[in-house]
Amino acid sequence: METILQLKNVGYRVQENQILNGISLVVNSQEYLTITGPSGSGKSTLLRIIASLLTASEGEILFQGKNIANLDPIQYRRQVSYCFQQPMLFGKTVADNLDFPFQIRQTTPDIAKQKAALKVVGLPETYLTKRITELSGGEKQRVAMIRNIMYVPDVLLLDEVTVGLDEENKRIVNELIEHFHKDHHVTILSITHDAAELNQASRLLTITKGRLEEAK
Amino acid sequence: MNLDVNNWSLTLAFLLVMIALWIGYREKLGIDREIIIGVIRAVIQLFVVGYLLKYIFRVNNVILTLTMLLIIIFNASWNAQKRSNGMSNALTISFIAILTSTGITLGVLILSGAIKLIPSQVIPISGMIASNSMVAIGLCYRSMNTQFRDQRQSVLERLALGGTIRDASIGILRESIKTGMSPTIDSAKTVGIVSLPGMMSGLIFAGVDPVHAIKYQIMVTFMLLSATSVGSVMACYLAYRSFYNERKQLKDLAGDD
Repeated sequence: METILQLKNVGYRVQENQILNGISLVVNSQEYLTITGPSGSGKSTLLRIIASLLTASEGEILFQGKNIANLDPIQYRRQVSYCFQQPMLFGKTVADNLDFPFQIRQTTPDIAKQKAALKVVGLPETYLTKRITELSGGEKQRVAMIRNIMYVPDVLLLDEVTVGLDEENKRIVNELIEHFHKDHHVTILSITHDAAELNQASRLLTITKGRLEEAK
Repeated sequence: MNLDVNNWSLTLAFLLVMIALWIGYREKLGIDREIIIGVIRAVIQLFVVGYLLKYIFRVNNVILTLTMLLIIIFNASWNAQKRSNGMSNALTISFIAILTSTGITLGVLILSGAIKLIPSQVIPISGMIASNSMVAIGLCYRSMNTQFRDQRQSVLERLALGGTIRDASIGILRESIKTGMSPTIDSAKTVGIVSLPGMMSGLIFAGVDPVHAIKYQIMVTFMLLSATSVGSVMACYLAYRSFYNERKQLKDLAGDD
């Protein structure tokens, strides 16, 4: 299996505060990697550095063998997509959110594709015109997730996307992730604290005080 | 109409300042010093500018007039950038925005024959345009700073989805441009009903028929709409990039677990 992401001695600090230290990691294509660790250990920071929303203070990150510092960050983020813990939806309706991936690629929104995606996460197609203020927390997360995969990325970075969701919503979100991992061969890097998700992890890493270790 | 305020009348009018000082003292506002400094500065600045304009109008020299315009535009830019809260290149951006808004607006007014290319018309009109652009741009900066702070996650989500920095900022840009223009739009709505603005009042003072005076005020309303819109659009579109670094990341972003 070829390497899709490689972190070489990545560190991150804010002034004197060293948040991440000497992180090295090889992620193979189509791998499902789970990351856990105590609050404040630098997990989200690590994922945001991989997403190119932050720049590492030390070390380098290679994506498909190329240093991401030399790649166009906009194109890179379309291939390595970061999902937020508590996502914020844009505009007024669900459609405003699902249109965004098309708008940034200067194409007309594919309504059939949007409806199909809603169906995958168990939402009726009439939800396209639903106001975002009328959605539950779980529904918001489901809409945010399909916003990330309207164009299927190579890597999905999941920052505790199931936190605060009830069991039913957790199941739907995890099934969606599994579907994209298995059927669309998307590489997954997922941060979680959820016991069930940790038990199912095929490869588990822990971050403690800014250092990464293989746990499983 | 006597247009010459004699020195005795001016001295008596100083009583009005005494009222402000008395209110400040009685209400313990602690602004007595500020009022006195403000009054002294206003008097000195106006005397200097009065004599300076008298000289510039008399010699009627193009280079001198242009120099005066550049000084006005630079001062306006300097004041606008103070509202930027440390934004990089704020002075240059403000200068370009105010220079363009003043240039376009003034150009249209001169070409249409609304005003003549003489110092006594070009300088006061440029001052009005530049000061309104200055206020608009200052409001734009403040609005952008507030929104980039309050809507941080929303901007990040757009970036994370692969949007350009323009895609990520467009909502903030629109809101900020609207904020910059809103005082001019509001005053356009109330002109004549609430206020009789300076231009029109001045002409009426000078004995001009109010029906003629309003024509100038209509021109001023048009020119200020143009000036604040051009100034706001330029300043916002030039300034939003300074919220991002060269890797197209939102600046000052610490990871939060």
